[in-house]
Amino acid sequence: MKIAVSSTGTDLDSPIDPRFGRAPYLVVVDPQTLHFEVVDNSANMNAAKGAGIQAAASVSQKGAKALLTGYCGPKAFQALTAAGIKVANDVSGTVRDAVASYNDGRLSFADNPNVDGHW
Amino acid sequence: MIISVASGKGGTGKTTIATYLAVTCGEDVGFLDCDVEEPNAHLFIQPDIHGVETVYTPVPQVDMDKCTLCGKCTEICQFNAIAVLGEIVLPFPELCHSCGGCMAVCPEGAITETGRELGVIESGSRDGIGFVHGKLRIGEAMAPPLIRKVRENMKPDITTIIDAPPGTSCPVIAAMKGVDFVLLVTEPTPFGLYDLKLAVGAVKLLEIPCGLVINRSDMGDRRVYAYAASEGVPILMEIPFDRKFAEAYSRGEMLIDGEGGWKSRFQVLYDQIRALVRQQASA
Repeated sequence: MKIAVSSTGTDLDSPIDPRFGRAPYLVVVDPQTLHFEVVDNSANMNAAKGAGIQAAASVSQKGAKALLTGYCGPKAFQALTAAGIKVANDVSGTVRDAVASYNDGRLSFADNPNVDGHW
Repeated sequence: MIISVASGKGGTGKTTIATYLAVTCGEDVGFLDCDVEEPNAHLFIQPDIHGVETVYTPVPQVDMDKCTLCGKCTEICQFNAIAVLGEIVLPFPELCHSCGGCMAVCPEGAITETGRELGVIESGSRDGIGFVHGKLRIGEAMAPPLIRKVRENMKPDITTIIDAPPGTSCPVIAAMKGVDFVLLVTEPTPFGLYDLKLAVGAVKLLEIPCGLVINRSDMGDRRVYAYAASEGVPILMEIPFDRKFAEAYSRGEMLIDGEGGWKSRFQVLYDQIRALVRQQASA
């Protein structure tokens, strides 16, 4: 099982990017082994619309079952839910911190998006 | 002949000019209110509405029994309006621009069209004016397809006057493209001048002849006049600020038969436009 984290950089010590759809990178991590893969999300950063949808499709393609991020808008949330991916919002710190919180069961998963579209 | 009344800046008097032109020109005319986000011309023309049509734009729906999750539909979509998410393909109809690409590339024929409501078109008439306007559905982001539908109601054998939306983006272009003349309405203020420059730029890009009405012409400064001269845009009419005009407007009335000679002044404007269009056609 893998989890995805929206990130400002390309390693586990990069700070989380609170934006999901327009984060420059998505780090897909195995929380047990901490093996990770970096998805370049830069094409989405400048998308006029639907950045969150495309980012959700990327997370889904990588086989992640959960997303840790800061803010998740309504379309991204709808897309992630359709793909069976759980979302934890309001996560901060580094990617490593976020994965540790996840492993410790300290994150709660959202039932709803936590920002409006075009946030 | 098709005349679009446009402005760049909002609130310069487009609807006023367009409705007065329609009412005073002395011919049967078609009037199309293409300011579909906030159509107001009906408040002055007061047509009897006898036709209402709901307009839809095609958006995809996916038959998951046929879909193989190949993702070709998402690759072609430029608006992220369809996504492969795990075992399903999810369309986002509100992002779709109705290009039909996803349906064309689907190798399984799994995508068919359904409709997203754009708004309604109402048509009617009043004293020789054939009136049509579009009302964009609240929450709908795309005005141009509804504007094009409004324009489909045009009658080819009579003059058509289009009340365009403000600005210079897609809805305005949809209301100006392919017309014979654009009548730009401005006011002689820095705000009016700035937005007029944008509007003239758009009209020139479309290669449509244009002329200018300067509303509230006794306010502001002379820079709009200097700009018009430097761009070769003819000033066809100047309307000084007049409290009676504003009062009539505030009541939804028009000063056609009263004092001020507005009827004959607008007839002169119409004749000037017709002459400029003829001149262009023979050039």
